Amino acid sequence: MRSVLPIIVAFLSGFIMIASFFFNADRSFLGKLEEDLLTWVTIVGGFTLLLGVVSITRVNFNAVKQKKEDWFYKLLTLIAIYVMAVPAILPSSWSPLFGDEAGSIYDWLFTYVDTPMMGTMFAMLAFYIASAAYRAFRARNPEATLLLMTATLVMLWRIPMGEAFLREISIHLPDYINTFIMKGATMAVQRGIIIGAALGGASMSLRILLGIERTYMGKG
Amino acid sequence: MLRITKPLLTATLVVIALLADFQVALSAVPDSAFRTDRINALITIALFSTVILLYTRWARQGKDLFVRKIPGLDAVEEAVGRATEMGKPVLFVPGLQEIDDIETIAAISILGRVAKITATYDTPLMVPVRYPMVLAAGQEVVEQAFIEVGKSDMYNKDIVRYVAGEQFAFTATVNGMMMRDRPAANIYMGAFFAESLLLAETGNAAGSIQIAGTARPEQLPFFIAACDYTLMGEELYAASAYLSHEPLMLGGLKGQDLMKVVIIVVIIMGMLLMTFGVGESFMNWFKAV
Repeated sequence: MRSVLPIIVAFLSGFIMIASFFFNADRSFLGKLEEDLLTWVTIVGGFTLLLGVVSITRVNFNAVKQKKEDWFYKLLTLIAIYVMAVPAILPSSWSPLFGDEAGSIYDWLFTYVDTPMMGTMFAMLAFYIASAAYRAFRARNPEATLLLMTATLVMLWRIPMGEAFLREISIHLPDYINTFIMKGATMAVQRGIIIGAALGGASMSLRILLGIERTYMGKG
Repeated sequence: MLRITKPLLTATLVVIALLADFQVALSAVPDSAFRTDRINALITIALFSTVILLYTRWARQGKDLFVRKIPGLDAVEEAVGRATEMGKPVLFVPGLQEIDDIETIAAISILGRVAKITATYDTPLMVPVRYPMVLAAGQEVVEQAFIEVGKSDMYNKDIVRYVAGEQFAFTATVNGMMMRDRPAANIYMGAFFAESLLLAETGNAAGSIQIAGTARPEQLPFFIAACDYTLMGEELYAASAYLSHEPLMLGGLKGQDLMKVVIIVVIIMGMLLMTFGVGESFMNWFKAV
């Protein structure tokens, strides 16, 4: 029963979602049921957030307690979580520093600490792209050389100065790159991968709905 | 066994053309609870389901189904073996999407297999996750893997841990884990976005053997550039069936291959019909699928 019940739940939930796709939400029972199910997903998701908080607290608290290597950073993580979360949960009627309105502790931390840090991480991507490109674009064999040449053309085409340079060689060169490389070869390959992935996803969904695939529950 | 013969293909295409006209006729029906404009999707789903069920049935009857080798999946055991020899952990990242994403479900299925291998060899495993629901599913799968290899006493709830809900906070934490713990093998499976290269390049710098798998074509070049093995698109979904070697699941893979053949034929047919200017109703059939 322990393994049969999840399969029945998976089948019914999946079947309702698929069937409701073919019915107007405002004119059918199935459409309304789909909306209810999606609301339940949000509610369950909200409750599981507590699991996340418990997990992150336990892992970091144990590391601090046992004075493991770099325990100080784990202590900072714990402080950051609770300094950010607790004032945001408290009602703003108690103090303007509570809640998530403008001027609250949460808002200040989000705007002046969280957002710049996220921006910094994203900006670092430029350096990672440079190092990956250096490794990928080495002309070791004919295929790699072709890749290097194509990549150079596309990169030149993507920047205004490069495009102006390409136009000096031939006025049609940027259009040829767009038509034959980007909308031609690249898009064809991407569509091939997308069709394959979509079929793979649909096939896996079907295996799950029919109870053939149970590896996502740790079985098989 | 069903063979793709010329009459079968011709019959399929005639049925598609007839259904195209049928769909146009149905669209004229006044508003009802049933979405008549989606009848083409319903027929496609029915056809796909029938094909998969047929192959699954043949698999159950013991028919031999050939599945090509996927080096990235064969490398999983090799990577865990390397980690065991070096006495270092294995890092598994199940993507950055919620559990309702099929890529995450595929990743969780592969995690079960990886957890079984690491549990067998007593190799430490680290699984950082971004969503609490993935945490719950991941913990369940890893615990089950430890039970199945008879090492339930070795299971630790913190193998699968929630690290951060923000995309780049998650990335920073995982990168930190790579540089501090120096895992011998990094396995990235599931849905990845801008952080794919941040993770893969850090893993590369840390000297780990890296295996990645995603269905997102825009992230594939980054993984190919920075990882040792990459599963592309459908290979990610095939992983659980491939690793389990279960005939029933392999049946699903073969059914998927037949559908691919049908799609290729339909694309070529549409291309030819449109080239000669007679494919309008044929194209209409696919518009809302």
